[in-house]
Amino acid sequence: MIREYRTITGVAGPLMIVEKIHEVKFEELVEIELSSGELRRGKVLEITTDKALVQLFENAQGLDLEGCKVRFLGRVMELPVSGDLLGRVFNGSGKPIDGGPAIIPEKMQDVNGSPINPYSRNYPNDFIQTGISAIDGMNTLVRGQKLPIFSGSGLPHARIAAQVARQAKVRGQKEAFAVVFAAMGITFEEADFFIRDFKRTGAIERATLFLNLANDPAVERVATPRLALTAAEYLAFELNMHVLVILTDMTNYCEALREVSAARKEIPGRRGYPGYLYTDLATIYERAGRIKGKTGSITQIPILTMPEDDITHPIPDLTGYITEGQTILSRELHRKGIYPPINVLPSLSRLKDKGIGEGKTREDHAQVLNQLFAAYARGKDAKELASILGEAALTDDDLKFATFAEEYEKHFVAQGENEDRTIEETLAIGWKLMSALPRAELKRLKDREIEKYMPV
Amino acid sequence: MSASNYGTIVKVAGPLVVAKGIPGARMYDVVKVSEKNLIGEIIEIHSEESYIQVYEDTSGLGPGEPVVSTGHPLAAELGPGLIESIYDGIQRPLQKLQEASGEYISRGLEVPALNREKLWVFKPLKQKGDAVSPGTIVGEVDETVLIKHKIMVPPGVEGKIISITNGKHTIEETVCVVETDKGPVNISMLQKWPVRVSRPYRQRIAPDMPLITGQRVVDAFFPIAKGGTACVPGPFGSGKTVIQHQLAKWADAEIVIFIGCGERGNEMTDVLIEFPELKDPKSGQPLMKRTVLIANTSNMPVAAREASIYTGITIAEYFRDMGYSVALMGDSTSRWAEALREMSGRLEEMPGEEGYPAYLGTRLASFYERAGRVICQGDDSRQGALTVIGAVSPPGGDLSEPVTQNTLRVVKVFWGLEAKLAYARHFPAISWLNSYSLYTDIVDEYLSEAVNQLWPGLRKEAMRILQVESELEEIVRLVGIEALSRKERLIMETAKSIREDFLQQNSFDPDDTYTSMKKQFLLLKLVLAFYYESEKIIEKDFNIGDLLSLKVREAIARAKYVSENELSHFETIENELREKIAEIGHKAQEISGKES
Repeated sequence: MIREYRTITGVAGPLMIVEKIHEVKFEELVEIELSSGELRRGKVLEITTDKALVQLFENAQGLDLEGCKVRFLGRVMELPVSGDLLGRVFNGSGKPIDGGPAIIPEKMQDVNGSPINPYSRNYPNDFIQTGISAIDGMNTLVRGQKLPIFSGSGLPHARIAAQVARQAKVRGQKEAFAVVFAAMGITFEEADFFIRDFKRTGAIERATLFLNLANDPAVERVATPRLALTAAEYLAFELNMHVLVILTDMTNYCEALREVSAARKEIPGRRGYPGYLYTDLATIYERAGRIKGKTGSITQIPILTMPEDDITHPIPDLTGYITEGQTILSRELHRKGIYPPINVLPSLSRLKDKGIGEGKTREDHAQVLNQLFAAYARGKDAKELASILGEAALTDDDLKFATFAEEYEKHFVAQGENEDRTIEETLAIGWKLMSALPRAELKRLKDREIEKYMPV
Repeated sequence: MSASNYGTIVKVAGPLVVAKGIPGARMYDVVKVSEKNLIGEIIEIHSEESYIQVYEDTSGLGPGEPVVSTGHPLAAELGPGLIESIYDGIQRPLQKLQEASGEYISRGLEVPALNREKLWVFKPLKQKGDAVSPGTIVGEVDETVLIKHKIMVPPGVEGKIISITNGKHTIEETVCVVETDKGPVNISMLQKWPVRVSRPYRQRIAPDMPLITGQRVVDAFFPIAKGGTACVPGPFGSGKTVIQHQLAKWADAEIVIFIGCGERGNEMTDVLIEFPELKDPKSGQPLMKRTVLIANTSNMPVAAREASIYTGITIAEYFRDMGYSVALMGDSTSRWAEALREMSGRLEEMPGEEGYPAYLGTRLASFYERAGRVICQGDDSRQGALTVIGAVSPPGGDLSEPVTQNTLRVVKVFWGLEAKLAYARHFPAISWLNSYSLYTDIVDEYLSEAVNQLWPGLRKEAMRILQVESELEEIVRLVGIEALSRKERLIMETAKSIREDFLQQNSFDPDDTYTSMKKQFLLLKLVLAFYYESEKIIEKDFNIGDLLSLKVREAIARAKYVSENELSHFETIENELREKIAEIGHKAQEISGKES
């Protein structure tokens, strides 16, 4: 039997205290009925014998101490899941907002998930072709990876994520594919951009969207990515789909977490973020992966905007420690008009080595990648030197590298928003650019491959 | 349960549970929380109330539920079957957890750390009537092809053997009976030891030989001694984990304990897939046959993360006590410290720096101090060594943060990783300017005996050249390379060669991933030969470009890929180098001869 309490003794920010409770459990889902009859939800954050501290998932407006009724539902927060999740739009706390009916659940799934046993994991090593050279060629994405985009305000991360969602495929295979999209505190326009893009390409049919917009309650954001990942886990591991999860914007999520932490008067870690931010983020990001004996997979692309483009800020910093690499966008390239403005040098895909090469992409991929990388790095150095001492100070070779760096940005990194390059096309551009460099300097390429692939 | 033997929960806050009236509550004793049987540990006691850190997810717990004390501290099970296992932070085998609960880890599972049914062949090494004391080896078991598991008399047992068996037994069966002052004591192959207490030994001794890792920057420049301590701090993406993996793969320790503490799940999977396939360079056997893995990934419960490094080091000490050289890798100690911070915050303790508890430094120091080279207990004065290598993940790569600083105060080797090097794809990204090792003297002595007496000289010269390079770089940055003298150009070129041809090492290349000390010596000698030979003619009049563009330098650049059984190749390259440089010298002489 569910008891009803009218014993709220305090509300502050996203927190509420209920007293004289009985048999309440930690993390239990709470339902609050306002005097108007409206229902709000929350969860138990801390309990003592007669008091429960409840975190609201929705806004506290209209809550009062006398009129509100509180019910502890005896279960944790769950998401009704079924194959019908595809093609639907929900709000940040999982209610349908597309005018469609409620989901008839196959089952109810705990939104917090459980940690995957490392022993049961399958190592991600299937190449995903995104059609974007700077990703495929240099920092390859593989199935089951979590590869965030580190962006800044005003940079086109949304367009890149949409392009990845549109073009991503594993070559030579026709497998069930789905996109789960979670928006946390982004603007209507940004969310609308994704929805329109999904509609335009028909991707909406195989997409599930969870939208918490900038004017929706901030605390709701704490639940949004967990709902999205619960849906993704169901689609991936029960319906055998390959799921791409886009989480945007993780910065807003972390700020919501900080708000809750501050309201609890916890001792803050760096920049006011709670000390458990790492662990909390890990419980989101680690829900990517593959599982032995299951065909489906979850690939995550979280997007975060780095405050002041500062990569040492706790949010990108802790994210980078958990995720398997990062794609970093550069304001400088963006100003030059290069799309996608991916800063190849500090970007990284930790899993690329297992996902490229013969049988995955092409035999020469690793060598081409290393050589392009080295040459671009050298070219950038040369350009920097030239900007101090003038071009005259460069040796002939350095001059060639400087030009290479320029060309590389223009032809390899830059591409159209609807341009879907195969990995062969990407590698061919790489070879063409390298043909302008002195042969003796291409130490990372194998002679046999130079003969085979280098255009004359 | 009767009312007398359990306490009741009065508060739940994340991994912290407070319970009232647990009978016989003692600090650090293990308790079972609620009917779900979650495992916890008492970390604070205030009169009636015990504060418990719970090693599993606490959602669904509530006031009023029972808590029972087991009366024992958190202990590791030690015995045959440890090798090749993969455990979570409190020594539950992950494979068994999978069998019990599927691919997700559920709660309240109780699985013994060691297989109770498996029969091991016990070979006695002592006879009836032999006097034994704690640590005496009474028998052994071939645990894997590589490891003979020594069965030792547990601490506190001393006397004469009255019977000893031979043949197949499970770990719980008695294999030996010892008559002590207090009567006969049965000895089985299974021991338990509380993880927070270091295991006893007879005597600590100073380290005297290097742990050879096959990683050139480590062995040549910043070596670690067997029984020493090292830390690897670095920002994300600088290759900490790759270095830890490389060390776990190639270090010439007999046993490797790898602790994945709060890190990525896929990384542990990588180890699980790779280690059974990779062969130990010495024995040709899979590396897994000498490895114990502890995996408490970042999304697993935070309190178990705190326990994981103690579980790991206790297992490591146990093998050290058998007389083995053991290497323990902890990746990453920062995550352990964060777990400590989280618990401290929940306990509402007064925080020290950056929210970390004030006892962070002492905890870190006492952990690292469990490393060392020892004379083991027992009658044969065998020596064991435990080397501890901890990764540190400083936020934002800022080394001034408390975990790094407290670690640096206790460890003897510092491998500083730099994001700058990683961006330039210089791997391993260990900075040659900031890193240090306090074992270089011991190691120099050892290597000039074991490899070549020229070793210490070469090492120092290479370091000197790199130091000079960093000074010259400033000048180049300001006024360009043309401003340098020829001699300085030569130093810059040699330094580049040391960096690219010696220090850079490709862990994915089969020939480059591990370099023997012999090859390291030959390679460094070759790289420096360019410098020494060129220096002989540097005063003569020739175009420096001729020297720098010598074709043989390409052979030097490729020398690291020369396989271990073709080391004679080095001499060929070196001879050619001498010849070509001498040629340039002759030509220069001829020209200047003609002109005059």
